[in-house]
Amino acid sequence: MANLNLTSENIKRISGVDARKCMRCGKCTASCPNFEDMEYHPHQFVYFIENGKLDKLLESKSVFKCLSCFACVERCPRQVEPAKLIEAVRLTVIRQQGANHLLPDEIPAAIDEEMPQQALVAAFRKFTK
Amino acid sequence: MKYSYYPGCTLKTKAKDLDIYARSSAEALGVELVEVKEWQCCGGVYTTAQDEIATKLSAVRTLMSARDEGTDLVTVCAACHNVIKRVNDDMRNNEYVSTRANNYLQAEAPYAGETRVIHFLELLRDEIGFENIKKAVKNPISKKIAAYYGCLLLRPSSVMQMDNPENPSILEDFIKAIGATPVISAYRNECCGSYFAVTDKSIAKRNSSKFVDSSEKNGAEMILTACPLCLYNLKQNGGASVPVVYFTELLAEALGVK
Repeated sequence: MANLNLTSENIKRISGVDARKCMRCGKCTASCPNFEDMEYHPHQFVYFIENGKLDKLLESKSVFKCLSCFACVERCPRQVEPAKLIEAVRLTVIRQQGANHLLPDEIPAAIDEEMPQQALVAAFRKFTK
Repeated sequence: MKYSYYPGCTLKTKAKDLDIYARSSAEALGVELVEVKEWQCCGGVYTTAQDEIATKLSAVRTLMSARDEGTDLVTVCAACHNVIKRVNDDMRNNEYVSTRANNYLQAEAPYAGETRVIHFLELLRDEIGFENIKKAVKNPISKKIAAYYGCLLLRPSSVMQMDNPENPSILEDFIKAIGATPVISAYRNECCGSYFAVTDKSIAKRNSSKFVDSSEKNGAEMILTACPLCLYNLKQNGGASVPVVYFTELLAEALGVK
């Protein structure tokens, strides 16, 4: 990513979130059902975005580990809404050419007879542009 | 009572029971559900990005259709409900999104979030009343049942406004109304692993089995949900040894219309 300042502005614009409201209580990460699978945890997304350290987040697989379950948003005492920030970083990544996280070729091996269409529609919407 | 009704794609394919039994139960309770004309897929998940307009348009079309019919909109799939209700909130309160969506749609009457969106469970609780459901029950379900809420019905609570997001009771009250006994389990309002069933099964397995294990340990003979993907994950990835069913199926059974 060539211009990190521009990317930082974009993430603020896409998410509509003001990371400066964070008071570092860590409740988002404590609430996250996937925190153990994330290299960078929800509170670190907020901290890195606030401090312009985006390169780590943009290169990390952590952007593809958020379930968008909104537990962090619901439980944040300062209405920082970490899930919206993570979504903005993930979109910034997959909007680049060739950066899709899920390819149609992977689907036959990943599904079974019972899997609802909803799972595929949701996964493609979250991981592919 | 007449309502516009949005079934959604999964309810026409893998989750037919959720749809069929919602319709038969509604009929038995004197509620007319009129399917939205030419509805499209809601998109499966709501995107929080301010600049994602196209992904919200199909929900706006559904909402406009209900407005033009002059009825409230009833949903039954937890995912469709979450998407449509949140897009409706954007159309009401987010000028950036609503201006662009209306500019694109070029409708005769711009849409400003006029439609009231209610989930089938809210129809039962707030419009019909659980007391009246209780009176209409012909075959009480004499079982201990654990309710799984997941995320989509409850969060974000500022928009969904269905129930207390940390200590909900609507499904347990429903279970009581059909003559069964609710079992409260840990993780009932945590995520099942959702679409990670496609990309990372270990996450879906870990999350779903936490709830399933807690329910079975607490003596549940059955698990109940309102979401096709939760149902799939609890069964396939959570390893449930008790039946996992849609709440509408149990309602139809209790009302004697299954």
